Amino acid sequence: MSAERIATDVPARADIVVIGGGPAGLAAATEAARRGAAVVLLDEQPALGGQVYRAVEANRARGKTLDADYAEGGRLVDAFRASGALAIHEASVWLVEPDGTVGFSRAGAATLMKAERVIVATGAVERAMPIPGWTLPGVMTVGAAQILLKTAGLVPQGRVWIAGSGPLLRLYAVQALAAGGQLAGIIDTTPPGNRRAALRHMGGAMGALGELRKGLAWTQAIRQAGVPWITGAHDLRAEADDDGALGTISFTADGARRSEPADTLLLHNGVVPNVQITRALDIEHDWNQTQRAFRPRCDAWGSTSVPAVMIAGDGAGIVGAAASAIAGRLAALESLRALGRLDQAARDDAAAPLRRALARALAIRPFLDALFAPSPEYLVPAGETIVCRCEEVTASALRQAVSLGCLGPNQLKSFTRCGMGPCQGRICGLTVAEVIASARGASVADVGYYRLRFPIKPLTLGELAAVHAPADPTAPR
Amino acid sequence: MFARPHSDTPHLTITVDGQPVGAREGDSVAAALLAAGVVAMRSTPVSQSKRGPYCMMGVCFDCLMIIDGVPSRQACMVSVRDGMRIERQRGPRPLEVDTEDSP
Ligand code: FES
Repeated sequence: MSAERIATDVPARADIVVIGGGPAGLAAATEAARRGAAVVLLDEQPALGGQVYRAVEANRARGKTLDADYAEGGRLVDAFRASGALAIHEASVWLVEPDGTVGFSRAGAATLMKAERVIVATGAVERAMPIPGWTLPGVMTVGAAQILLKTAGLVPQGRVWIAGSGPLLRLYAVQALAAGGQLAGIIDTTPPGNRRAALRHMGGAMGALGELRKGLAWTQAIRQAGVPWITGAHDLRAEADDDGALGTISFTADGARRSEPADTLLLHNGVVPNVQITRALDIEHDWNQTQRAFRPRCDAWGSTSVPAVMIAGDGAGIVGAAASAIAGRLAALESLRALGRLDQAARDDAAAPLRRALARALAIRPFLDALFAPSPEYLVPAGETIVCRCEEVTASALRQAVSLGCLGPNQLKSFTRCGMGPCQGRICGLTVAEVIASARGASVADVGYYRLRFPIKPLTLGELAAVHAPADPTAPR
Repeated sequence: MFARPHSDTPHLTITVDGQPVGAREGDSVAAALLAAGVVAMRSTPVSQSKRGPYCMMGVCFDCLMIIDGVPSRQACMVSVRDGMRIERQRGPRPLEVDTEDSP
C-alpha cells in the first residue's frame, strides 16, 4: 500500500503542487494522483494530517484514536498513501508565483519547484483573543494544547483554565479529560444572545442531527466530569506572578469579579482562514461579516483570479474538516480539467455527488457561525492590551495613531510597527483591522488588511543564496 | 502545566541552557520543554518580557529559541534529537540571520 515515497530528492516539476497536508490537501492530492497526475504535497509538519488530524498515524499505531472524527483522518492518509502522490514533510513554503513556481525550505535548504497548478490548502488559524496579559508564558491557545495532546500525549495538569468560545474549546476539554487530564474550569465567553440567534438556523441544522448530538454529548461529558463551567463571563485578564509568568486569572461573571490562581490559561476565539499565501499573491479578499474574517475570492471549484492557483478548504472560508476534504477533491477535478486530463463532462459527473455531500456537510455551518459568533469584547480590545505580540503594540497606541490620521493597516504598520515582527501580522492582522474600523466608525471591509509580500516565512540569507532550483532568476530578495 | 502519562517515558536527552531535560522521540522542542515544566522560552527584544509558546503550530513566532547554535528557530516546529542543545533567546533577535552569525 505504501505508494508514497519519502522524498529525498525533490523533483523540479510537478503537474500539481498541493500546499498543506490537512483534510483539503490530502483529499486534493489523492483525487488528482489517482487520476494520473504527478502530484507533490508540501507540508510544514513532520507527519500528514494537518492540525485537525495532527499525528493521526502515530496515534493510531499507539491505539489512541481520540474519537471517530479523528479516525477519519487515518482513512484520508491511507487513501493518500495509496494514490501515488509524493509527500514532502517539514517543508515551509515561502513563495508562490502566479506561474506556479513554489519556493520552500527544508532543514535550512531552500528549493524552487515548478507546478502547472498549485492548490493552496493551508487551512485555518485560531483567531487571536487579545486580553490583558495574553503574552505571559503560560497563556496559550486551546489549539496549542490540543497539538500537545495529539503529538506528545501531554495532558493538562494542575490549575489549567480554558477560556473563550467555539466548538474546539469543548472538543479539547472532552479529549483532555478522556486522556486523564485535569481542568480547573471553563470560562465561557460566548455572548448570551448568540443562542437565540442560532435557534433561527436550527431548521437547517436539523439536516446535521449527528453533529448537533455530538455537541450535546461533549457538553454532557464535561458537566459529568464535574469541571466548573462559568457562562456569560467577560473582562477576562491574565496576571503575572513574581517570575513574569502567568500566576492569576480574573474575570467578571454574574456581576461579581473573581480571581483564581492559574498555571496555564488556554484561550480560544474560533478559527479564521490562513490568508498569508493568497494575500501575498494579491488575490482579491472579501470580508465575511458572519465569520468576521477575510476570505480569498474564488469560485465553486476553488479557482482564483490567478489561473494557476486554486484554494481548497478552510483557507477559502471556514467550513470544517469534512467539507474541506470535499472541497479538495473539487479543486483537484477542476485542476485536471485545466491540465487537459479530464474533459468538462467527466469533471462535472465526478463533481455532482461531491456537491451534494458538500451541501450536507455545510448544513450545520450557519447554526455554528451564529452560536459561536465572536464576542465584540475580544475583537476590539481595550486600553493597554497588547494587539501585536511581536512588536508589543497596544490597542491604545493603535487608536492614537488612527486619531492622528492613520486610516488603514499599512499606514498603521509604518507608524507603530504593528505587524512588522516575525509573525508578519498572522496573529494581529484581523484585530488591527477591527480596531481601526471601530475607531473610525468604518466597516472592516473598507479598512482592509495588511499588504503581504513573499517571502511569507523569514528566510536566512544562506537559504536564499543557496536556492536550489530549476533556476529561476526571479527568486525573491 | 502539562503532564506526560507514565507509559510515555522520555528516552532522549536534550539540554536547555546546559541543564539536561528528557524528551520523547517525535516531540517538538517546545513540547518537550513544556512537558518538563519549562514554560518561558525567550525574552522579547522590545521589553525583555518573558514569552513561551502560544500557538504550537508555527504561526506566532513566540517560541523562538537558539537550537544547536542557530538562533530564532521555532521550537514548536523543530523535532527533538538526542543531544540537541537548546538555549533561551534573550532580547534582540538576530532575525533574517546572516549565516555568518550562526556557528
Ligand atoms: S508556538 Fe507559535 S510559532 Fe511556535
